[in-house]
Amino acid sequence: MGFFDSLILLLDSTVRLTVPLLLACLAGLYSERAGIFDIGLEGKMLAGAFGAAVVAALTGSAWLGLFAGIGVSMAMALIHGVASITFRGNQIISGVAINFLAAGLTTLLGQTWFKQGGRTPQLNGDARFNGFDFPFADQLADVPVIGGIYSELLSGHNILVYAAFFAVPITYFVLFRTRFGLRLRASGENPKAVDTAGVNVNMMRFKAVLITGILCGIAGAYLSTGMSSGFVKDMTAGRGFIALAALIFAKWMPVPALYACLLFGFLSALGNFMQGAELPIIGEVPVQLIQALPYILTVVLLAGFIGKAVGPKAGGIPYVKER
Amino acid sequence: MIVRKPLPRWADLVLVPFLNLTLAFLISGLVVLIIGENPLEAVKILLYGAFGYGEGLGYTLHFATNFVFAGLAFSIASHAGQFNIGAEGQAYVAGLGAILVALALDQTHWLLVMPLAMIAAGALGGFWGFVPGYLAAKRGSHVVITTIMFNFIASAFMVYMLNNVLKEPSNMAPESATVVNAGKMPQLREWWDYFGYSPLNVMFFVAILALIATYILLWRTELGYKIRTMGQNPNAAHYAGISNSAIVMIAMTIAGAVAGMIALNEVLGVQNRLVLDFVFGYGFVGIAVGLMGRNHPIGIALAAVLFGALYQGGQELAFMMPAVTREMILVIQALVILFTGAMEGLFRGPLEMMFGMLEFSKSDTKDDAAASSKS
Repeated sequence: MGFFDSLILLLDSTVRLTVPLLLACLAGLYSERAGIFDIGLEGKMLAGAFGAAVVAALTGSAWLGLFAGIGVSMAMALIHGVASITFRGNQIISGVAINFLAAGLTTLLGQTWFKQGGRTPQLNGDARFNGFDFPFADQLADVPVIGGIYSELLSGHNILVYAAFFAVPITYFVLFRTRFGLRLRASGENPKAVDTAGVNVNMMRFKAVLITGILCGIAGAYLSTGMSSGFVKDMTAGRGFIALAALIFAKWMPVPALYACLLFGFLSALGNFMQGAELPIIGEVPVQLIQALPYILTVVLLAGFIGKAVGPKAGGIPYVKER
Repeated sequence: MIVRKPLPRWADLVLVPFLNLTLAFLISGLVVLIIGENPLEAVKILLYGAFGYGEGLGYTLHFATNFVFAGLAFSIASHAGQFNIGAEGQAYVAGLGAILVALALDQTHWLLVMPLAMIAAGALGGFWGFVPGYLAAKRGSHVVITTIMFNFIASAFMVYMLNNVLKEPSNMAPESATVVNAGKMPQLREWWDYFGYSPLNVMFFVAILALIATYILLWRTELGYKIRTMGQNPNAAHYAGISNSAIVMIAMTIAGAVAGMIALNEVLGVQNRLVLDFVFGYGFVGIAVGLMGRNHPIGIALAAVLFGALYQGGQELAFMMPAVTREMILVIQALVILFTGAMEGLFRGPLEMMFGMLEFSKSDTKDDAAASSKS
């Protein structure tokens, strides 16, 4: 296999691995921009993956599964909202609780319903989101360079992959070009000003948290019904936290979020690719180092050694209306 | 008009946690009902499994030992105003120090191994706490994010160390060599067979000492005073001449070192070798233990026993009730964290209102009495 073919394979795998990160990262973007920290992205994604796989397995429809995944994830988001907005609880603690709740409930219910050690039944056919080919993908496949890029890299993914990338410009538009977006961002920067303008800060934050739920649900559905064929215990494997790292890396901006997720997606694809591979001169590169790179980079960035990441000013602080 | 006043001390310390816990357990019972088992039966099994016989009690106290260290690691940092959710990673890297000392000195005596292993584990765990502390104090990074990242970095680092450095050539599994002699922590069952096969070991006493030492440190020393002042009001601390950045670093280092003691209890007390993911979430539970214990050693001790009982009783439950899996523990844990931590305000508001009304009517009668005595 030539160098170019390997590169295309690596990039193709990058795209697949970027999608859940990107969806979760954009999810976190809405919540954190509105002033609600969310370290429960992981848990919501896991719950969404489980909901999607269960309903897809029972009904045989990936689309119904997707809606179920979104619903379950939104329910989790609502818990986070009630705890941290209504009861002004600590947002970090609520996030930790949601991660535990999702990890426990998914396996427990999965075992109760399907008795396969926490797995859901294997999904095939319409119960999964299958890839579809672009027009002329087959004919162009043999054309050098263009064929590889068009037929392998761009074509042949499932609908959720394209939706994830499409969500980036939409998020940019919603947050920076609409009144809703301005109010949402203001709730995270200066909630008092939003309140003075006669807008309900807590309602804005609830809306943001629910959007987070929707996007996490899609990310979860992609994991269990798109990328794999069914739910497996702990299948998010820390992706929610990498997404959080990407969000900080992107300094809470939508388009940089895409780049950060592509970078971190590439690193995890590279990690899989390099398993046991020997490089000239350097020798065997420890896979663990590549896997840890997103976290190390984020720590370095946060410390201000490469630029400075400053989050929304009112993030993490419950809003108390003056009376 | 009803004026909202802060709750009386007893209500704040006892009533609110009790109501929150009750709610968490009620919902857990509902989950048991949903998966088709009898919740009352489950409670019976859980309680008997945790306290009913020697071996069960031994396991409960063994788990509680871990939770005391994890809870203290959260609370000490918390007193300095830092949210340390990195006990998991701090304990994980500390395992390296514990096993290296124990393997090197396996042919000596446990009285030599134990203090040295504690120093080594404490140093590594402390370092893993110091770096986020340093970054927070000097570079302004958020401790929550940095400690989350450090948990993952620790995990990748340990996988590398176990696979590439510590693994025995003859062994396929990624684990270190086994300690057979002095490296093992003495088990309480060697002196008192009441505890059956439970791995309760001398680290239990270290945990008790750590609780007392933390109390003395925080409430009876100058450093503790500085830590608490800094946590409550960094500006006041600064004007009083306290170096805030030094205090943050010191508190985070102590927290990491205390978390490192989990490594001795698990690696040298149970496994006798370093294995993957031996921390098993104990570090995260420490957050709940610290919160429920109101960051006070006595509260932490009680909360640690509660969670120890949940772990041991939950395992017994998974064994006795086929529909209940080990993950039930996670669910109960999540609900306890949710209701005692994040939704703590759920009962506080109504209670404040209730107590406010009581106070109001009481002061009314007092005024009446005063008026009548005058006349």
